[in-house]
Amino acid sequence: MKAVLKIISYLGLALTIIPVFFVLGGSLDDASYKTLLLVGTLCWFFTAPFWMFGKKE
Amino acid sequence: MGVQKWLNLDEAKKVNEYEREPVPVSEVKGFKKFVGLVAGEHIAGTEFVIGPLFVIHGVAAADLFLGLLLGNLLATLSWTLICAPAAVKTRLTIFFQLEKICGFNLVSIYNFVNGLLYAVLAAAMIGVSASAIGILFGIKGPGLTSLYPESFSWVLIIVAVGSVIAIVATFGFDMVAKFSSLFAPWMPLIFLAAGLAVLPQLGVTGFDNFWDVANTKIWTGVPLEGQSKYTFWHVMIFAWLCNNAMHIGLSDMSIYRYARKPTYGLASAFGMFIGHFMAWIASGILCALALTEGNSNPSPGEIAYMGAGIAGLICVVVAGWTTANPTIYRAGLATQALFPSMKRWKITVAVGIIAMIMACFPAIVSKLDQYLGLYALVAAPVGAVVLIDIFLFPKIGLISNFAEVAKLKFNFSVALVWILAMIAGYLLYDYFKLDFYFFMAVPSWIIAAVLYVLAAYFQQKVLLKKEIAQHL
Repeated sequence: MKAVLKIISYLGLALTIIPVFFVLGGSLDDASYKTLLLVGTLCWFFTAPFWMFGKKE
Repeated sequence: MGVQKWLNLDEAKKVNEYEREPVPVSEVKGFKKFVGLVAGEHIAGTEFVIGPLFVIHGVAAADLFLGLLLGNLLATLSWTLICAPAAVKTRLTIFFQLEKICGFNLVSIYNFVNGLLYAVLAAAMIGVSASAIGILFGIKGPGLTSLYPESFSWVLIIVAVGSVIAIVATFGFDMVAKFSSLFAPWMPLIFLAAGLAVLPQLGVTGFDNFWDVANTKIWTGVPLEGQSKYTFWHVMIFAWLCNNAMHIGLSDMSIYRYARKPTYGLASAFGMFIGHFMAWIASGILCALALTEGNSNPSPGEIAYMGAGIAGLICVVVAGWTTANPTIYRAGLATQALFPSMKRWKITVAVGIIAMIMACFPAIVSKLDQYLGLYALVAAPVGAVVLIDIFLFPKIGLISNFAEVAKLKFNFSVALVWILAMIAGYLLYDYFKLDFYFFMAVPSWIIAAVLYVLAAYFQQKVLLKKEIAQHL
């Protein structure tokens, strides 16, 4: 379960940065880019706390 | 850690922050924790204020990039070579260490001023976060140059944001670090994306013409009408010394006393080169676009929304939180030293409420650079005194922690050095007609270091000898 959450978290992070390069290349419009950014953000926020703080240091 | 534990106030009451004792070795933290904390702290909502400052004041592109590179390198070295070694050697907060040097009564003055200035800084962060939430709810917040609250709904947002920050800080260092580390990897990506996304709107079509656009449309070298001109030196000194109270002023002893080794000061590079390099550049680009679109007074929230939509707004809120949390935590520690018998969590809540009230006045954000300068003037000389006391005094035969040894409540030599160094710093600032007080932080620091050696020598070798002779 933790591994799945981790994958979703990192996919979320990837979604916050990759779309901008398509904007720069002219193949993604501003509204879609901002939506993808928000989706990536929500993926990170709702999955990362569960594996980041799950174990003691 | 479960959500329940995050919100369990009983936990906050039990947290031991070692306010008046060294942090035990069993409690030291790993390097990663510092990376998360400083990366979160120095990627603040205020980066959306400082980046635009350089655009508005007409910094040229080459001056900006070189100034930021050198300034941030010097800041990292200041943490690594000055602050972290002092913190690891003593494992005490600056407040308790200073009390040993200058006595309870004098340190109380320092703590009061310090606590107040930290609260101002936290208030600025709350204000910046609120500017973003205001946009989400369609409430127009104050602009970068506004001074007074403009609506009641704005005040309600401030209260909501301030409450979250105060609660997190109440749980202590561990909670503050966890909160920061959750957002640390995500925030820089949003800043980067926001800055890059608007480049095509400024006319950038590829690497080949970025530098042309940077020079002609972003950092043009020409200030806006009515603004002073900033040069390489402004940028370099701003980047190096805007946090001088924390590194050469040693305030961050409160944080780095938890470090295993002094080299953990290098963690600050993550904060500097992401927050004060990349984020300042990104927010400068966003500001340039806002200016070309006719918005001459953009708020941080507006700038972020333009580049990253709702995710950008969330980023501004979070960036404000992650900086305000450790700031209120430090303010709580400073004030706790004034009332040693009072619980830190109660004090932190009180400081949070004070910061919240101050945040209602946008002048706190619009005059942020001046507050940072004032803070520098107060903190830099104290950092020099503490550093000299810890490292130099044992080597030259002077007594460290003199107030503790001699049971003094008010060490006049430290008071004299502090006042003289602040006056000297201010006079130099005034004489050279500089833009910021904190440009004088390093001269004040050096003056304080030299004066403290002389004053302590006179106090310990001359006055003390006379006193002993009288008793014989």
